[in-house]
Formats: sequence, C-alpha cells, structure tokens
Amino acid sequence: MTVARSSRLHRFAESKLVFPLIVLAAILLFDLLFDPDFFGLQVIDGHLYGNLIDILRNGATVMLLAIGMTLVVATGGVDLSVGAVMAISASIAALLIDPDFKALTHDPTMSVTPLWLIFVVTLTVATLCGLWNGVLVAYGGIQPMVATLILMIAGRGIAQLITESVRIQIFYEPYAFLGNGWVILPFSLFIVAVVFTIFWLLTRRTSLGMFIEAVGINARSSFYSGVDEKRVKLFAYMACGFCAGMAGLVASSNIRTSDANNIGLNLELDAILAVVIGGTALGAGGRFSLFAGIIGALVIQAITTSMYAIGVPANALLTIKGIVVIIVILLLSDQVRGFIRRAASRQVRST
Amino acid sequence: MTDRSSSAWVRYQRFAPMGATILLFCLAYAYGAIAYEGMRDPQVFLNLFRAAPFLLISAIGMTFVILSGGIDLSVGGVVALTTVASAALLRGNGMDPWLVIVVMLLMGMAFGATMGILITYLKVQPFIATLAGLWVARGLCFWISDDAIAIDNRLWDVLGQTKLLIPGLADPVTKQGPFISILVVVEFVVLFAAIFVAHYKGFGRTVYAIGGNEASARLMGLRVNRTKVLVYTLNGFCSALAGIALSIDVSSGHGLYAMGLELTVIGAVVIGGTLLTGGSGYVIGTLFGVLVIGVIQTLIQFNGSLSSWWTPIVVGGLTLVFIGVQSFLMARRTKRATSRRRTAQPRTTGDPPLPEQAT
Repeated sequence: MTVARSSRLHRFAESKLVFPLIVLAAILLFDLLFDPDFFGLQVIDGHLYGNLIDILRNGATVMLLAIGMTLVVATGGVDLSVGAVMAISASIAALLIDPDFKALTHDPTMSVTPLWLIFVVTLTVATLCGLWNGVLVAYGGIQPMVATLILMIAGRGIAQLITESVRIQIFYEPYAFLGNGWVILPFSLFIVAVVFTIFWLLTRRTSLGMFIEAVGINARSSFYSGVDEKRVKLFAYMACGFCAGMAGLVASSNIRTSDANNIGLNLELDAILAVVIGGTALGAGGRFSLFAGIIGALVIQAITTSMYAIGVPANALLTIKGIVVIIVILLLSDQVRGFIRRAASRQVRST
Repeated sequence: MTDRSSSAWVRYQRFAPMGATILLFCLAYAYGAIAYEGMRDPQVFLNLFRAAPFLLISAIGMTFVILSGGIDLSVGGVVALTTVASAALLRGNGMDPWLVIVVMLLMGMAFGATMGILITYLKVQPFIATLAGLWVARGLCFWISDDAIAIDNRLWDVLGQTKLLIPGLADPVTKQGPFISILVVVEFVVLFAAIFVAHYKGFGRTVYAIGGNEASARLMGLRVNRTKVLVYTLNGFCSALAGIALSIDVSSGHGLYAMGLELTVIGAVVIGGTLLTGGSGYVIGTLFGVLVIGVIQTLIQFNGSLSSWWTPIVVGGLTLVFIGVQSFLMARRTKRATSRRRTAQPRTTGDPPLPEQAT
C-alpha cells in the first residue's frame, strides 16, 4: 500500500463525515431489512418519487437550519431562536404577499410584492434577527443559550403580532413552488444545495472557516493572533439567521400557510442534534463540517421516515426518536475516542 | 474608593438582581392598582399565587438544576406525562388517588434520576440528555392516549376546588371573600422546604459549589457525582408534583399540555436573579420571577386591548434586561478585581499598605 493511498483513506476515516455516514447507512440498512423495496424509486410525470426522496424533501428545512447552526456551534455557542425566526420570516412573507389579510386573494398569480422582493426583505429581516443575537453574544458578553432564548420566547410573540394571530393561507403559486415544486428532484433540495455551496465557499475558500474554528477552539489565543472574535461570532449568528429565514420560507411554502404558532416548533432542537451528530462539539466548538451537519440532519429525518415506513404508530415516534438520539450520542462519545485510540495504535505499530 | 463606603454595596451586591426583580414587581403591581380599579381587589393578588402553582413548583426544581450549572429541558414533557398517566390511572374506578400521587412522584424521580445518570456518569451533555428526555416523555404521553382524558375523582375535586378563606379579610358566615386554594399551601410548603435545603443542608451547599466551579468542588472532596444525580432527581420530583397540580387545576390530562413550559420556567428562574452559569442565585428569587410573569399577564388581561401575545414578548424583554444587569455586574466585579491588582490605589484613609502589599 503506497503512502498516498493509506493517508487519504486514513484522512477520510478520521474526518467528521465517517460517523454520521455510518449511522445513516445503518438506519437505511435497517429499513432495507424490514422492507426490501425501501429504496424503490419511481418516475411519475418527470418527477422522482420514493422513500429516499421523502427523506431528502422532508429533511430540507432541518438541513438548512443545520448549515447555519453548525457555524454557530463551531464558535462555541448555540442558537435556540431559529424556530422563532422561521415563524417571523413566514409571517413577513405572508404579509408581503397580501398585506390586507382579510381580503385573502385567492388568485394564484396575485401578490402585492414580486417574489424576488419577498426573498430580499424576508432574508434581510432574518439576518437582522441573527445580527441581534450576534450583538448580544459577541458584544454584550451574554451567554449564547440565554441570549438566543430571549428571541426564542419573544420571536413567536412577534410573529403572532405580525399576522394578528391569523393563520394566513398562501395562494401565490411561485412562492408555493419553493416547497412543493419539482425539477426532477424536489425544488427545496436545490435551495439547500445553493445555500450549502454559498456557505461552503465562504468558509472553506476564504479564511473565515479557519477563523471560526480558531475562535471556537481558543478565543483568547485567536485574539492574540489577530482574529477579531466579535466579528467572527457576529458573522456566524447572522449566517444562522439567514439560514433560518430561508428554512422558514421553505417550510411555510410547503404547507402553503404561515402558521406563526407551529412553524419551526421544536426544530431548533432537531437542528442542534443534527450538528452534534455531524461531529461539531456543542458547548466547546472548534472544527466543523457543514456537510457532516447536513448528513446529521438526514440521519434525524431518516429515523422519522423509517419509523413511518416500518409502521410504527405516530404517537410512539417521538419516544423512539428520543431513545435513538441517546444511543447515537453515547456511541459518538465513546466510539470516537476508542476509534482514534485504535487507529493511532495501528499507525504506531505499522511504522 | 475607601473600604468603608464600598463595603455596603459589596456586601449586598449579590442581592442586586433579586432586589431589582422585587422592585419591578412592586412597581408593576402599583401601576396596575392605580390604572385599573379591578386590580385593587385583594383577590387579584392572591390569584397570582393561585394561577400557576405548577409553574412555581417546576421553577423551584429548575432553580436547583441551574444553580448546579446544568439545565433541564424535559420539564414540560414530564409535567404532561404526569397529567396523562394520572388521568389514565384514575379512569373509571381506578387506583386509589393517594397511591396515584405517590406513583407519579416516584415516576418523576425515576425519570430525573435516569437523566442525571446519563449526564453525570455517561458524560452526555445536559442539553442533549434532557432534550431526549423531553421527547421520550412527550412520546410516552401519546402512547398512553391520543386524546385528553378527563379526571373525575373526589380527591382531585377536593384539592382543586376547596377555598381556604383568608382569616380577617373574608366573612366566615357567608363564606365570601378573598381565598386561596390548597395548592397554594402546597406550593409554599415546597418553597420553604427548598429554601431550607438550599441554605441549611449540605446538599444545597454542594449544589452551589458545583455551580461555582465543579473542578474545585471535586477537589474539595464534595460528592459531586451523587449531588448532580440528586439534583436532576429532585427536579423530576418537582416536575411530577407540578404535573399533579396542573391535572388538579384542569381536571384532565393530555400530552399537549405544558408545551414550552421549560422556556417560561427558565425565564422565571433567570428573572429571579439566578445566573444561568450557576453558582449564584436564591430560591426565593424564583418566587418573585414567577410573580413578575404573573403580574405581567394580569396587567395585559386587565388592559384588554393588548393581544395576549405581548406576554411572551415582555417576558423575553425582561429576561434580556435581567441578564444584561447580571452580565454588567459580573463584568464590573472582575474588572474591579483586576484593576486593583494592577494599579496602586491612593488611600485617603486607613493605614498605609505594608511594603509587601504594594503592587
């Protein structure tokens, strides 16, 4: 075995992708045992359908949240307000489509504001929410959990105020395409891909990613190295707000409603879990992998979809999810240490 | 700054956040009493205690968890699970209600102990362990029943509807006047027990020590692991008790109850002056935190024109203000400590410093 080949394999084995991919593969394998036809794909009207596609489509919201959340957790923080920001964005989008809710335009082509402007305004507001969190954490010195808890509590109230506690139905078709449209694959996946690419470029093709990791690993020494910890954290929280805004648009477009009460409810917890499964250390931060975070989101979604596919009753789903999460986390903590130890001892023996 | 003038502030500084809460409560209540005639009825004040015993009991348990530096997100789930489970057990001519209460409390303690063990011995992050606990608890609710189960039990009715008239204010003949319920008595018993444990028992002292610095506590020889598991067990007990109180209040049980309770509880604890990082705070402060939330809700109700969605916004804003005050005070304390070490402070009174004390 040449040195180059073993080091690439070794690098992959050590990377953050291994664990979530193994867990995902295990879940899918488990599904295959239960239902040999689980991986079946069908093409209907030029669209791909199947269980795998379901996992991808339903997981789109959490995947978007996981991208932003990975960056925040990597700086050593957490953002509990993403669910509330999703609700705020959905409310604003509904408001922009039809400012006078009572009129309820049923015309699918009618919208007071053009789609691009809806995007711009909603995402700007979402990013401002992220900015608010970032200022509190980076410049206010407030603990991230507490600072984002505030927006989490208040944000739902704000979203409800915007829509005056009414669930707004959205008839505007181009907006509904976000969550429901198909271009062979569900359109929301393309949105996830675009957002992922943007942040991958921002973090891995500029030094931002390195700065984020440095701040997470040791904020003090990165300060002495000239990295502005405050601005890096600010960027991370703004990115998380942006992703939450996008997730809110996709989610509300999916159900064609802006439901300020239920959109994004408890999704912040799913997002944090996705990031933890993806290998980014909660509370400490440091090295991160956006792609691993996305795989983590898929793992969670795969658990849910598998449960439905096997026929677990819906009311048992949450319990199973909780138990699986604990098992996964326990595996993560002990296994990684054992794996590295064994791999390191193998390395020592071979040299 | 001389020692004499700073000593009063330094001595009472740790009461500042809680003092602010009490002041805020008094101001808010005074505003309400002036603005709305209905609020001057003493029953309104008593209703603050009658309205949410489950919130206060739950918050007392959470105070201990936060004081130890941890967090427990499962309270809402355990409360809901307790309501559903007790409703299911009391269905028909089910179990003896007193036995149901004991079983529920044991269940809550078992739940808390499990999470405590996961956190302490298996080193799972409290956030994640209690989050999984929340999911398991809520899921179990729906396993028991999809719909709400009504409770029709004599003990439950007695506990919920007995009016304890306030002596001196109420008229014993006509049985009218300001009253409280039995649950209010229960919540005060829990409160005083908690204060006693926190300040007069080794367990409480260990909790504060762990929250301050867990490594130091361990090195001091305190039984950190045992205490951490006990803290979560205690919180499980409080959540179950709160669930029983809720089921008495609404005479039913459902898995959708107490949604988002954990947030309100954490908010109440923080507003009550407890630092989220742990190690600092008072149990009595949590009482005032709950009262402040209650008075805000009352004010909004009496106003009538404001949407009730303003309550979470105001609670969120208040939490922010209190945290800001806490961070500010903490920053000032560390800044003053480091600056005193670095610069030689001119002393205007008192003895000159000994040569080895000068910086």
